[in-house]
Amino acid sequence: MFLRLLSDVRWRPAAPRWSGAARCPRSTSAAAEPPPAPLPGQARVVVCGGGVVGASVAYHLARLGWRDVVLLEQGRLAAGTTRFCAGIVSTARHVSIELKMADYSNKLYQQLEQETGVQTGYMKTGSISLAQTQDRLISLKRIASSLNVMGIPCEIITPKQVAQLHPLINIHDLVGAMYVPEDALVSSANVSLALATAASRNGVQIHERTSVSHVLIQKGRVTGVETDRGKIQCQYFVNCAGQWAYELGHSGDEPVSIPLHACEHFYLLTHPLKEPLASSVPTIVDPDGRIYIRNWQGGILSGGFEKNPKPLFTEGRNQLEIQNLQEDWDHFEPLLSALLRRMPDLEALQIMQLVNCPESFTPDMRCIMGESPTVRGYFVLAGMNSAGISYGGGAGKYLAEWMVNGYPSENVWPLDLKRFGTLQSSRTFLRHRVMEVMPLMCDLKVPRWDFQTGRQLRTSPLYDRLDAQGARWMEKHGFERVKYFVPPGKDLLDLDQSKTFYKPDWFDIVGSEVKCCKEAVCVIDMSSFTKFEISSTGDQALESLQYLFSNDLDVPVGHVVHTGMLNEKGGYENDCSIARLSKRSFFMISPTDQQVHCWAWLKNRLPNDSNLTMEDVTWKYTALNLIGPRAVDVLSELSYAPITPEHFPSLFCKEMSVGYANGIRVMSITHTGEPGFMLYIPIEYALHVYNEVMNMGQKYGIRNAGYYALRSLRIEKFFAFWGQDLDAFTTPMECGREFQVKLDKGMQFVGQEALLEQKQNGVYKRFTMFILEDHDTDMDLWPWWGEPIFRNGRYVGKTTSSAYSYTLERHVCLGFVHHFDEKTGEELVVTTDFINQGEYEIDIAGQRFQAKAKLYPFSSLFTHRRRKDEVELSGYQRE
Amino acid sequence: MELHCLSGLLSLPYCYLSGCKSYRIYAELLAIPVRSSRLPLLSDAMPAPTHLFPLIRNCEISRICSTVCYCHHKHLCCFSSHFAHGHFRYAPQKRFAALYRPKENFNHFIHARDYASTPQRFYLTPPQVNSILKANEYSFKVPEFDGKNVSSVLGFDSNQLPANAPIEDRRSAATCLQTRGMLLGVFDGHAGCACAQAVSERLFYYIAVSLLPHETLLEIENAVESGRALLPILQWHKHPNDYFSKEASKLYFNSLRTYWQELIDLNSGETTDVKEALINAFKRLDNDISLEAQVGDPNSFLNYLVLRVAFSGATACVAHVDGVDLHVANTGDSRAMLGVQEEDGSWSAVNLSYDHNAQNEREVERVKTEHPKSEEKSLVKQDRLLGLLMPFRAFGDVKFKWSIELQKRVVESGPDQLNDNEYTKFIPPNYHTPPYLTAEPEVIHHKLRPQDKFLVLATDGLWETMHRQDVARIVGEYLTGVHHQQPIAVGGYKVTLGQMHGLLTERRARISSVFEDQNAATHLIRHAVGNNEFGTVDHERLSKMLSLPEELARMYRDDITIIVVQFNSHVIGACQNEEL
Repeated sequence: MFLRLLSDVRWRPAAPRWSGAARCPRSTSAAAEPPPAPLPGQARVVVCGGGVVGASVAYHLARLGWRDVVLLEQGRLAAGTTRFCAGIVSTARHVSIELKMADYSNKLYQQLEQETGVQTGYMKTGSISLAQTQDRLISLKRIASSLNVMGIPCEIITPKQVAQLHPLINIHDLVGAMYVPEDALVSSANVSLALATAASRNGVQIHERTSVSHVLIQKGRVTGVETDRGKIQCQYFVNCAGQWAYELGHSGDEPVSIPLHACEHFYLLTHPLKEPLASSVPTIVDPDGRIYIRNWQGGILSGGFEKNPKPLFTEGRNQLEIQNLQEDWDHFEPLLSALLRRMPDLEALQIMQLVNCPESFTPDMRCIMGESPTVRGYFVLAGMNSAGISYGGGAGKYLAEWMVNGYPSENVWPLDLKRFGTLQSSRTFLRHRVMEVMPLMCDLKVPRWDFQTGRQLRTSPLYDRLDAQGARWMEKHGFERVKYFVPPGKDLLDLDQSKTFYKPDWFDIVGSEVKCCKEAVCVIDMSSFTKFEISSTGDQALESLQYLFSNDLDVPVGHVVHTGMLNEKGGYENDCSIARLSKRSFFMISPTDQQVHCWAWLKNRLPNDSNLTMEDVTWKYTALNLIGPRAVDVLSELSYAPITPEHFPSLFCKEMSVGYANGIRVMSITHTGEPGFMLYIPIEYALHVYNEVMNMGQKYGIRNAGYYALRSLRIEKFFAFWGQDLDAFTTPMECGREFQVKLDKGMQFVGQEALLEQKQNGVYKRFTMFILEDHDTDMDLWPWWGEPIFRNGRYVGKTTSSAYSYTLERHVCLGFVHHFDEKTGEELVVTTDFINQGEYEIDIAGQRFQAKAKLYPFSSLFTHRRRKDEVELSGYQRE
Repeated sequence: MELHCLSGLLSLPYCYLSGCKSYRIYAELLAIPVRSSRLPLLSDAMPAPTHLFPLIRNCEISRICSTVCYCHHKHLCCFSSHFAHGHFRYAPQKRFAALYRPKENFNHFIHARDYASTPQRFYLTPPQVNSILKANEYSFKVPEFDGKNVSSVLGFDSNQLPANAPIEDRRSAATCLQTRGMLLGVFDGHAGCACAQAVSERLFYYIAVSLLPHETLLEIENAVESGRALLPILQWHKHPNDYFSKEASKLYFNSLRTYWQELIDLNSGETTDVKEALINAFKRLDNDISLEAQVGDPNSFLNYLVLRVAFSGATACVAHVDGVDLHVANTGDSRAMLGVQEEDGSWSAVNLSYDHNAQNEREVERVKTEHPKSEEKSLVKQDRLLGLLMPFRAFGDVKFKWSIELQKRVVESGPDQLNDNEYTKFIPPNYHTPPYLTAEPEVIHHKLRPQDKFLVLATDGLWETMHRQDVARIVGEYLTGVHHQQPIAVGGYKVTLGQMHGLLTERRARISSVFEDQNAATHLIRHAVGNNEFGTVDHERLSKMLSLPEELARMYRDDITIIVVQFNSHVIGACQNEEL
């Protein structure tokens, strides 16, 4: 039977086992077991969850020298999802950080058996991802490019080569495949046990059959946990409870929202084939058929991600124990059909079992990692989206680094718990969203994909008006934002058909919006921005902000300052615009998805002073961006106030009236480098102001525009966006924003030392703009982000964002250039000469396009009225 | 060639049949069982058509096709009027085995169609099939008050699928406003749709009036007398395709008024018994139809209309639901069936009507006792009344009710159109002691129980293709959304992937058809028309059946009209407890 997977892996903890567990499934053997070791009264870290994730966190904490760690597991080690998981270690991932985690996991597992003496069943079989369509092949080629530059062997092969690698496969409907020879199979339970064994040797205490009932929190800090076997005081708590993480998050003194939801997941086990499959046969992933197939004891193990997933445990844990989940053959039928189509010879193979093993999924298909924004010392690592084995090792390492060092060694923002807020915590939302996410595991990942479920949660008061005018929407942090407006009478392709790696159907629509921004005036609803107000009775606000932000905020009232919110290493934690409303109050605008992260960052660092207040006013203001040379005309007609550059220079903020509405905060910034204004309008005036602007703007040719136009504008102007181009590992020095750092502002600020050092020694990467030279917009694949950059034929970095510039009539890619030593691979200082003296190529799905590198934007694109140092170099959206 | 010889041998009347024969060959090619057809006027002379077949089967197929199509064309043109006015009643017969593989059949069929003048698409896509099936569907949900539905009826789904052009079936549904209760009925017309149409418009008013208490009748009469607004009697629940004839409304109203005036005069002072009211209403309406035809109308359009109503016929199956009291009044061979859910969740069917046809021995007995012994042999022939009519009770059909003299007088004084019609002039053979036919219904009363989940009223188009047990199961599973397919467990059995795959594919086909329908009646029609030998809906078959040209459809299926009434078990349970 299947449990044999476990039989040779008897976990023998150093401590004697506790007996008499009411929920123990094998009570006969339990009766003979000695009583469990008593729980310690205190520990530095309590890790909850004994799956591969929890074991990995404990293992890495111990490796980093934190020995005072307790790992609690409610049942047996590796008995939950981990026991049932298919054990495939696959590095073929789309997101760079996920790829790094999977690569690290693979290398870790490979040497684990040697390190611990525990058999892990590690077998380097390789994996083959099949493409039934050309689009799928493009998607695989993109992954292959990423893998290759990371030094992971990988090649695109023909169907014939697939047949040579795998004896059973039917190749008639294939157009190609990707072969990753280093991918591996493991016994997932054994890997967890090996990690636990190693951790336990390093001093980690492991207690099975101990469930955490309550997390104790005082003054926003973890102080301990209550278990069914007593209380443990601790400084850190790590929630690795997998699909129970959501519930565990809500069982503390303060709720910690961990948005994940479980879905049933099925896979099939068969008896061995007549001629048993060799154990070295590669794993097959057939995303178009939604299945994966690996060899399993001479037979096969095959599962998949169906189109109609079955979410469960929506109302929390219930009587349905994992063991009692039923096989649902009718549900598995499409996957079985796909399997038999892929391997017709399996018809005669005898079924052993259909395993139903729930997996947890997150709202955006990426795992959840990091510290709670509200409770310090409360860490989370969960929601592995059915890739727990692939990510477990790497994710555990990053989280352990985060806890020990205060930050992980890589940019993990895409996985950070703080990318979510409580708004993603509704069970209904999660239930609906995971039903969309699980099929997406196998769906084609095309640029600019939008989730269809859980929409229209946060909307601007203008939503209906804009929608009626043909707006097409995307969503960021639950907020609906316009992509572009479909003109009346014009129809776009339906959703599925519009998926493309090539020129999209909205190309001309966005082009005309961009043209209008350049020549007349456009209005973009940008209400999703995160807006904080920080004020104090005395100078506390200014002093605190001066310390937390790198630019000089001691500017005259009415000025707007673009500044980074840096960490100790000088990296961007946030990139924002701050308007000084009065001597003692500041209005801060940050990217949409900063709402949770920025709030937590500031809350943790602002002095605990009742005279200093910070308020989230995001919901109070609707933001309209008037972009274009005629914006000034529209606004002056509506306000009867002089708005000429003399009266209203760039980077100013004034409260004024627009139409009948008074108290509108008007700022002379547009986040694109184009002339224009941002209007921050108290929401009850939003419709009025919008109507006034549209009516008055008519004679100036005003029209609505969306974020796609905005993106094209900002990228051709070389504006970096936080979250897309900028992250916690990028400093202002590395992206040409030295002018936003005032090292001599007369007081210390966070990151100052690191920046000073960089200023003296130079930077190791440099944000660069690339203009694609021989790229045919109509015929060639479009760049997206994450494309490798080659300098003189050598890999130097990756792009971070790209857009078609309607002005240059070229594609523009933004990205970072590194300087790796040709022999040692060591990172060297990147100089301006190094950038300028190179021939560049951008690799789009294996095809290289020549690119011209630029460190500064085209000056001719700018309006001449502005002084160069006043030119704003900031923006916030992340596509 | 062969067919020409055959028709020559078999004398002229067989030309009618050879037209049918051609359809039968289509059927062979389509691999669809053809309904055996009999022309009532020629039934004596008709041999069993199957005998002809072995001859044809041996022939070269292409030659048959061309010959057949030639015949088909010719006869259909010549005799179409007879087809339209003749009275057909078909009984299901053993289906013919398909001789050819479907693919070949299809090619031949296409080939054959090349000769026909109306090119048509033969494979309908699932959406096209759905749009045909759903064209006439109608759903009604009893409105809730204060978040509660206090009625014993949750609502009903109805639908009809035409085979005749125009369809001869009718349906009606209405809520009685002056008394409690809901009326639902299906009406199957024959020899045209005029009678069914009239009955569907008028019968419920007659029933409602019969049920009204004396005071209400007086009130209504006074209102009419003084020209005040009338209390509404019925609230109709109609599909847009269910029309009422505007021209006849005045005439119909006057007849109805005469009826209630008589009821007022007769005031018995007793509370109205539903069963009696139903019987009276049926009989009275049929009587009025007959009288209106005899009296005639100065308006020539109306005059022709009342004659067409009287000379055509219609069966009726009407349900009256009031709380836990369910009455079904049936005249003819439509049928009412109760769907009962057993304790183990399975479904069973309870008949709430008796068919009035030759298969019902009691009914044959009844007819025989009503006529002299000398007529015993001629009364029922070929399972038909006087060898002609399949239902033994019906509205209209004055040819089986009036004396020969009356028929002749009315036809002669009637409009030319009537005189030109062979059918109306034709007097049934052995017509000695009319009336042979009555519209009096049999009424069955049933006290609803919580396990009674739904009622199906349907014309014989449904019942001749499906067994009531299957109807109960299909509707029951549809309404509860539960499919009593045991989940498959491999357990210790030796099952291969291929075997499992086959099993799952079949189960899937069975389930998937449910989700396409939002209407129980539509779902039932889908099964009735599309079921294959495994009891699952076969899209290919469904597509073929629905793409038959108008003139052929009638050969493969009858009009189907279905009403599915869903009961409110909670209310019924509560009522029951009160009574206990």
